[in-house]
Order: sequence, then C-alpha cells, then structure tokens
Amino acid sequence: MPLYPLVSGLLTGLVDLGGTLLVIPLMLPVTGLLLILAIGGRYAGRIVLALLPLGLAAAAAVVAAVWETGDALSYQLGGWTPRLGVALKADGLSAVLLLTSAIVILAVGVYAQRPFRVPQGLSETRTSLVFWLLFCGVWGGLNLVFVSQDLFNLFVALELLTFSAVPLVSLDGRGETIAAALRYLLFALLGSVLYLLGAVLFYGTYGTLDIALLADQIARVNPLPAAVIAAAALMTAGLLAKTALFPLHLWLPPAHAGAPPAASALLSALVVKASFFLILRIWFDLMPVLLTQMGAQVLGALGVAAILYGGLLALRQGRLKLLVAYSTLAQLGYLFLVFPLAIGPGAARSASLVAAPGVLTGGMLQLVSHAFAKAAMFMAAGMIAAALGQDQIRKLAGIGRALPITVLAFGIGGLALTGLLPSGAYLAKTLLDGAAAESGQWWWSLAMQAGGLLTAAYLIRVFYHALSGFGEPPVLRARPARYQELVVLGLALCSILLGLLPSAMLALPELGRVAAVVTETP
Amino acid sequence: MNGATLFGLCGAGLIGLGLYGLICHPGALRKVLAFNLIGSGVFLLFGAIARRGGGVLSSAGTGIDSDPVPQALVITGLVVAFAATAIAVALLLRLAETTGRTTLDPNGSDPAPPAGRKEA
Repeated sequence: MPLYPLVSGLLTGLVDLGGTLLVIPLMLPVTGLLLILAIGGRYAGRIVLALLPLGLAAAAAVVAAVWETGDALSYQLGGWTPRLGVALKADGLSAVLLLTSAIVILAVGVYAQRPFRVPQGLSETRTSLVFWLLFCGVWGGLNLVFVSQDLFNLFVALELLTFSAVPLVSLDGRGETIAAALRYLLFALLGSVLYLLGAVLFYGTYGTLDIALLADQIARVNPLPAAVIAAAALMTAGLLAKTALFPLHLWLPPAHAGAPPAASALLSALVVKASFFLILRIWFDLMPVLLTQMGAQVLGALGVAAILYGGLLALRQGRLKLLVAYSTLAQLGYLFLVFPLAIGPGAARSASLVAAPGVLTGGMLQLVSHAFAKAAMFMAAGMIAAALGQDQIRKLAGIGRALPITVLAFGIGGLALTGLLPSGAYLAKTLLDGAAAESGQWWWSLAMQAGGLLTAAYLIRVFYHALSGFGEPPVLRARPARYQELVVLGLALCSILLGLLPSAMLALPELGRVAAVVTETP
Repeated sequence: MNGATLFGLCGAGLIGLGLYGLICHPGALRKVLAFNLIGSGVFLLFGAIARRGGGVLSSAGTGIDSDPVPQALVITGLVVAFAATAIAVALLLRLAETTGRTTLDPNGSDPAPPAGRKEA
C-alpha cells in the first residue's frame, strides 16, 4: 500500500516541526480577523470557510504529533524561557480539545454561511461582518486557552474569548438578548477579575506565572502558604462563574437561548468548556497536592446539583432552545464528577491520580461528546425555529415529516446525550461508573443514573411532539439548505459514534501529563 | 507596617468594596463601576508585590530589588479592564435605548435615580 508510507512520512514531518506546530492554530484566526477587516464584509464568510479546514489540519497534526511522541509539545514565544518568557504547551488534554473545537467550529462555520450571507447587491451587512469577526475571536480565544502555559496569558485568552462571546449573544439587538448579554458579561467579568487576583497572588508568592514552574515549586512546599490556598479558591470560584456551574448558572439559559443558533452552538459546545478546562489545569496540573477530599466532594456535589436542577428545569421549558440551554446546564454538571472520582477516599492523593486514569478520560469523553451533540442540537433547533417561525415544543407537530433530516439530527444528538450504547457519553459514563465503584463512592453513579433518566425524559417530550401529527405537515416559512442539515447530522453522528473509538485512543488525554503527576510525590 | 503592606491592605479593601457593590447593587452601571473598583484593587495589589521586590531581576543577581514584571502585566490588565468597561457601557446604553431600563431585573428600577433630574 503506498498510502501508509505517505501518511507516516507526513506524520514524521509534522513531529519534526515539533512545538512550532502550536503557533498555527493561533495564527489562523488572527489572519482571518485581519483579512476580513482588510477585504471587507462581503467575503467574510468565505475567508473564514477557507481558513477553517487549515485549522482542522493543524489540530489533527497536533494530535498526531502528541500521539507519535507520547509527550507534550512545547514552544517558547520569542525564544524566551519561563520565568520571564511565555511558553505554549500542548499535552494530550490540549490536543483533544484543539481537535474537538476545530471540528465543531468547522461545522458551525459551514452552517453559518447561510444565515450570515451578505444579500445580493449589498457590499456588506453589519450583522454578517460582526458575526464573522467575533467568530474568529472565539476561535482564537479557544485555541489560546488550550495551549497557553502561563497564568496571565490564560487571563488574556479568557478575556478574548469573553469579549468575542458576549456580543454574539446580542447579535439580533432585541432588548431581552441585550439584557442577557449584559448579565453574561457581568458574571464573566467577576469571574475573570477573581481569576486575575488569584494569578497575582501566585506571582506574589513564587515570582512566576508559568504553570510547570509553579507546579514544581508548589509540590516541594509543605505546608502550602495561605496565599496559595486563597488564590486557588479565588480562581476556582471565578472560573465556576464562567463555566456556569449550578449556583452561578443564572446567566447561561437566557444567553444561550437568545443567541443566533450558530452562536449558541459555539457558546454551549465550546466556550463554557474553556473555563472548565482551566479548572482541570489548575487542580490536576498546577496543584494536585491541594485537591483534598473536602474540596473535591464540594465540586462533585455542585455538579450533582447542576445535573438535577438543570434536568428538572429543562423538563419544564416551553421553548425548544431554552430546553437545550438548560440541558447544557445539566450536562456541565457531569464534568465536575471528575474531581471526587479522581481521588479515591483514603488513597494517597498523587498515587490515586495515576491509579484512576479512566476518570480523566471519562471526563474528556463526556466533554467531547457533549460538544458535538449540543452543537448539533442547537443548530437543529435553530433550523426548526426558522422553519416554523417559533419554537414552542407543544406546536412542533408534523415537523418530523416536514424536516426529517433536521429532526433526525436533533434526535441522534439527544440520544447521544442520554448515553445510548455506541455514544461517547455511554463510554464516559461507563468509565466514571467504574471509577465510582472502584473507589466505593456509589452516590456519584446514582446521580449519573438520575441525570440520564432526566435527560431521556425531557428529550422524549420533544420527540413526542415532533413526531406526532398525522395530518397535513405544517407550512414552512423557510427550508434549511441541504448542506446545513447534513453538517448538523454529521456532528450528531460524531457524537454517537465516539464510543467506537479504538480503546488505544482513549489514552490520548493522559499523554504528556502522567510524568508530571508522578513527580508530585514528595 | 511598611509601604507595601499598607498598599496591599488598601488593595484588599478596594476588592472587598467592589465585590459588595457588584453583588448587592441592582443598577447595572453601579455593577460596572464596582467591577472597576475590584480591578483597581487587584492592580494596586500587583503594584505592592512589585515594590516588595524579590522578583526575576533580584534573583538573577542584577542588584535591582523591585520587580518590573508586574508593571507590564498591570498595563495589559488595564487595557483589558478598559475594553471590558467599554463593552459593558455600550451594552447598557443600548439596553436603555431599546427597553428603557437600566437594571438586569425586568421588573426593577434603579433605586437611586440622580437627584438633579427631577428638578430639571
């Protein structure tokens, strides 16, 4: 076969490129921003569409390089070494998230070609120009969060992400979406200023902001200074506000439900995951020493509260997009079960982080599968709403016959969320359940089962109305383009087929970080 | 108490005041101002850390005790906080134009309207 040498040759070439590879995902969105501003809004959509496959190729190359070497890629900006310099680093976790976000963003970019097309005869429209600029901003912010290795650089990345995400919410300019955007902005600003305060305390204590150097110093100090504990608490609280974990979730449903469907897909599938990723970084990479029973149980309990509360409220929603938004709230809760499950009760902390590798993989699978499924569901819900002119769940009758592919995509996304057999969520829940049984924490699997039931319940409500109606199909105001439907269906299929990944691939999130955890042992 | 400690405590006080305002005041403009107060507190704390010394330069043996790195970071932070304030105020202005309210609560109103407006 001539194919194999070609692919392996390409891979070796990429691995030789090494850390420089990490610059490409950061350059592409910025290139897009500059090109759009220079050339003008008329071609904005097409410029982004041309750049997105390059972004996917770069992300796939990062995954391949991490996979081939089995170690993290790193790059020092300007050749300056940390303490003073800023480093980029992609370990298995970053690689998985880079690839996931590249796929979702590509799909959203294709989908958004139609709603944000510039009509014939106009040189540019404001909505289209702003959407594509913000789209590039979100893309760049996400990639920067995933590869940054410096706490202050991460702050800037988070802010880039927030400032791009907030105006996306109020793109249609209605009063309620502006209020939703303002509320989102205020929560996000509180989150980032608390995060910054934490970073300042870290700098004041250790004189560096590089995660690897800080982790090294923190592992050697016993007991930890009070400033570090305060910094950890402040940063976690701030990031929880950005992730919309249960008591800090108020901003999420109106913001995600009010945004245009393409923007909702980005916000719900990816933007909230960026701050969750940082929480993971802080607790697992920066200071695993500090992840105590108590703290982990509190995070897990908040996660369970989110699962139950989000599920119950999703059940009560009248509008389809609000239901999907509340479902995001519930699904985010699962991610936080990673913390109590990663440290078994009574086990030595650093040892158990290595001993329970399935937990991190399970959490990442849940994250990735939710990203695909939720992006597909938001875009499908958007097409349904555009076709019917409203999205009341009670009035969906007949839509299953009018828009079969769209409803199929929504359904497959929903089944993937409930954790039906080949889906990524199924595999994730199996891994997390296994970890819960192994560490004797049965209550977390109980919560997961309850959450699964709630998910099934609110989706059945949608299916019941969407698939009923045997009379005339409803009159459609606008029919979605076939390519839009196929892209959304493709995303939903990604989510439900994720469970068929070869089990060797499941080690990917662990690559490049196991060694770091082992050295934590004093 | 030396200067760095005094400024550090001032920073902590500003952060506390700002946090209270951000959470307790219903008016959106006050929340934005409170956010800026927290930001000032954080930057002041950063300045105090820089003055206290023991940073990169002193550990590299240059004989310079105070630390220039936080200055660079504070400048970046100021730009970010300014941009955030600009976006928040722009959103608030548009909210007031479209709906006529200046709070996030759909039924509430800003409890303290400026006193001068009634007379004018």
